[in-house]
Amino acid sequence: MTDFLLILISTVLVNNFVLVQFLGLCPFMGVSNKLETAMGMSLATTFVLTLSSVCSYLVYSALLKPFGLEYLQTIAFILVIAVVVQFTEMVVHKTSPMLYKLLGIFLPLITTNCAVLGVALLNIKKQNGFVESIAYGFGAAVGFSMALVLFSAIRERIAVADVPVPFRGAAIGMVTAGLMSLAFMGFAGLVQF
Amino acid sequence: MTTVMTAILILFGLAVVFGIILGYASVRFRVEGNPIVDQIDALLPQTQCGQCGYPGCRPYAEAIANGDAINKCPPGGQSIIEALADLLDVEAIPLDAEHGEEKPKMVAFIREDECIGCTKCIQACPVDAILGAAKQMHTVITDECTGCDLCVEPCPVDCIDMIPVETTIANWKWPAPAESRNLIATDRGRGELQQQEAH
Amino acid sequence: MGKVFAFHGGIHPPENKKQSTRTPIRKAPLPKLLYLPLQQHIGMAASPMVNVGDRVLKGQMIAEPVGRISAALHAPTSGIVRSIGPHPVPHASGLDSDCIVIESDGQDEWIEHQGIEDYTRLEPAALIEHIRRCGVAGMGGAGFPTDVKLHLGDHHIVNTLIINAAECEPYITADDMLMRERAHEILGGIRVISHLLKPSHIMIGIEDNKSHAIHTLESVLKGCELNIDIRVVPTKYPSGGERQLIELLTGLEVPSGGIPADIGIVCQNVGTTAAVYRAVHFGEPLISRIVTVTGDAVAQPQNLDALIGTPFADLLDAAHVYENKLYRLVMGGPMMGVTVEHDQIPVIKTTNCIIAASEDEMPPAPPEQPCIRCNMCEQVCPATLLPQQLYWFAKGREFDKAKHHNLFDCIECGACAYVCPSSIPLVQYYRFAKSEIRTEEAEQRKADHARERFEARQARLEREQEEKEARRKARAEEAARAQQARKNGEATAPETAAADQPVQETKALKTAAAVARTKLKKAQKALDAARESGEGDLQALEDALKAAQTGADKAQQALEQAESGAGTGEAAAGPDLKQLKTAAAVARTKLKKARDALKNAEDKGLEGIDKLRATLTTLEQKADEAEQAFKAAEQSQLDAAAAQGVDLKQLKIDAALARAAVTKLERALAKTEDEQARTEIETELTAARDKADQLNQTLQQHEPA
Repeated sequence: MTDFLLILISTVLVNNFVLVQFLGLCPFMGVSNKLETAMGMSLATTFVLTLSSVCSYLVYSALLKPFGLEYLQTIAFILVIAVVVQFTEMVVHKTSPMLYKLLGIFLPLITTNCAVLGVALLNIKKQNGFVESIAYGFGAAVGFSMALVLFSAIRERIAVADVPVPFRGAAIGMVTAGLMSLAFMGFAGLVQF
Repeated sequence: MTTVMTAILILFGLAVVFGIILGYASVRFRVEGNPIVDQIDALLPQTQCGQCGYPGCRPYAEAIANGDAINKCPPGGQSIIEALADLLDVEAIPLDAEHGEEKPKMVAFIREDECIGCTKCIQACPVDAILGAAKQMHTVITDECTGCDLCVEPCPVDCIDMIPVETTIANWKWPAPAESRNLIATDRGRGELQQQEAH
Repeated sequence: MGKVFAFHGGIHPPENKKQSTRTPIRKAPLPKLLYLPLQQHIGMAASPMVNVGDRVLKGQMIAEPVGRISAALHAPTSGIVRSIGPHPVPHASGLDSDCIVIESDGQDEWIEHQGIEDYTRLEPAALIEHIRRCGVAGMGGAGFPTDVKLHLGDHHIVNTLIINAAECEPYITADDMLMRERAHEILGGIRVISHLLKPSHIMIGIEDNKSHAIHTLESVLKGCELNIDIRVVPTKYPSGGERQLIELLTGLEVPSGGIPADIGIVCQNVGTTAAVYRAVHFGEPLISRIVTVTGDAVAQPQNLDALIGTPFADLLDAAHVYENKLYRLVMGGPMMGVTVEHDQIPVIKTTNCIIAASEDEMPPAPPEQPCIRCNMCEQVCPATLLPQQLYWFAKGREFDKAKHHNLFDCIECGACAYVCPSSIPLVQYYRFAKSEIRTEEAEQRKADHARERFEARQARLEREQEEKEARRKARAEEAARAQQARKNGEATAPETAAADQPVQETKALKTAAAVARTKLKKAQKALDAARESGEGDLQALEDALKAAQTGADKAQQALEQAESGAGTGEAAAGPDLKQLKTAAAVARTKLKKARDALKNAEDKGLEGIDKLRATLTTLEQKADEAEQAFKAAEQSQLDAAAAQGVDLKQLKIDAALARAAVTKLERALAKTEDEQARTEIETELTAARDKADQLNQTLQQHEPA
């Protein structure tokens, strides 16, 4: 149980995938203009991350490792992630066409989100078991969602504020992201993991 | 050699399994129609004037859903472009001058002395805002008129005028407070386009 | 005294009330001209009942209410109606609106009026109708028609009546003086209102800076049979706001988007209450009110009992204004009032104060500086809103978010702008956002309505198309069946159904002739083709051609016979004048359009310019010809008439004049009620009618068109 909790705290706060490990910055910057889009994206990514983390673990432990084909992990994981993303896309298109339209190209781009592949590969590196993989994937997703939602909320406020003209748009967004990252690095040392 | 074969087989097997899953999912989660078109159509001003190049507002909504530019509607003006940009999460570009300029709201008016009762304007009006019949006087119901301009062309005696709606106490709007002066020295005289966009 | 609750926020601006309470209420001098806007209240504007030039008496109704939410308008003094038209009115826009202008004759003559003997015997609806006809509207600032408020008891459970005597805004002392001098009128009004609404509890909410008024009220209410409480609330702006006062006195909050009646409370201003008393007991309509004239630029700040419609200039003169000291003229109070540009604006039912301010008293607003997010505005907002967020949303035009943050619950009291350290004009931002949202919603409704009409029209056109198709099919079947019957040698009914009318016959013959002609053409073509190619049976084709020729000739003959025979009024003696006129107009328009097209082509450098020019010349010719033909026909008609010794032009003019005279008399008849006058007019009317008919007949003879 403590392990589970430790993994969660680590992935959500201490080693936040977006703000500390700097993975998955593409949707972080691209979808964070509006809060609704950000929330939709974080739900989609949570689903993809958790599912692909589990599937990757299963593929690795059931197929690749017994046959000594560990070198195929990258391509196999990409395959898994691509399928999960496609599946998610279809579900989103059916359940919420609005969200589908809003997310636009960023939905299929979750495939190339390095955080997703990162989670899959890190699971292997850390030699996580099945339950730990789920926790790791889910924790990573929660950390990503939190960072994304916080950032989009800040960006919405900044959009109507008196920002100096040279800084408007992406520039002030980057500055803000940097400051958030600094804040999250304060969690370092919270958990020895 | 066998390791390569196993590798290929395993990958092939994975691909087949995933392919089946996706195939099933694509049938199960099929999406009929395009509800986004309704949402776009709800934002357009429904003048059915054709200035965007499409024969009505619904065809233009469908075109936008297929990726056409959102800045072709002069009666909607900049506020419609911003609303569409908000809905579709694209950039709000200025109105395309090729399709017309944003003019103040107008309504049609028939000079009754010259009307010959030919019903050509009645057939042209997309919202049936003209009252009349063959050889009877025609008149425009001002409350229903959307100012689309389609009745002016067909009139053979050119008796229809477009007059701007005048501002009275009933439809007067509070103006926005004057812009505050830029305290940031480096902002003065620069970035006007961005400033306009931001406000 | 009962328990007093509190509301969130509020400010304590300097009161500045002592200046105008030193002297008692004085009656303002009678002005020369009175300007009465038709819209002094919430709802539909009143509709004028008098004409220019009419003499009106004091208290006479000059405009009646339109619709349920509206108020009547009465003449404040006797005089002549000088004009009915646009005139500057007290409105932030500075735009004109329709007013009735009365020039007073100095006599101040009242119209016949009397109060209701015992209003308790009257049906409640009739009593409220009487109040409506006296034009009583809310005098606290909003101007909501009082009769509509009194009807609230019909559909809501009202258990509390609150009389708003707070008058929280600085400078204004009109209600204070009213309570000091006419407290019995207020009590009378409360009695009437509570008879109508039957509340179980009545409270008068008054601020603690009005000790004199409180004493007067207490003495007047001694021994009153009603359950009236005087609740003294601490002086704070804006405790006089309806929702804030309700929260102060009852601890209840009026729901967002709702009215106080939703929680069983009705709120009335003291001034309105006194007006109700006068309306019911004396039959006096609302024609005057107490206005505080104050500010550093007047020598004698005071409260004047002014007639509605008095221009501000007259009141300022009565208070001895220093023109050179006057920097800003404000209608209303310093927090919620509006600056007016000139002093010809009239007093209306909701004008409670005029501030003639010097520059020191009301300096120009300092420039707006950036928001420092200090949140002072949130601390003082009496409606517990987030003014800072509303400011950002209004500035960034994010109106959906502003609406979500309850922008429409803002009462525009100005407390937030008062405390802002950056001098941001917050209330202007909210007003701007509100009007933008209202306009957008109105446009959205219009667009939805237009879409419905468009879709209905499409459906109708489709339906008509289908019906046409169905009819065509039916006719085709009919024809096929007839064909079949004829083939069987039966004597069938004529091909054209119900051809007993000569018009139908002519039409049928025309079609037959056309068909025969087409057959002829086809036969001719076939023959020519055969001759060229040298194939086919030439002889047979030639025979077919001959037959077709005979057929065509016969059909044409029959048609001509029918046409010449059935010439009942169809054959025009001469060219139809109207048709020629139309043809000329059409030709002119075609010409204009061609000219425009040519100019357009030339400007844009399009192709086909020469072709357009050629078309233009042809159209010019045609237009000239049409014009000439029309003129010639007109002249010939005139000549024909002149030949008979009749001047057609003069005849036309006389006929038109006669018709106009008839209409005028008819109108006059509809207006007069006096019997004798009616008979006189009726005789004149018959004579005029005869004359008009005679002239018309003669005209018809010479102008068959």
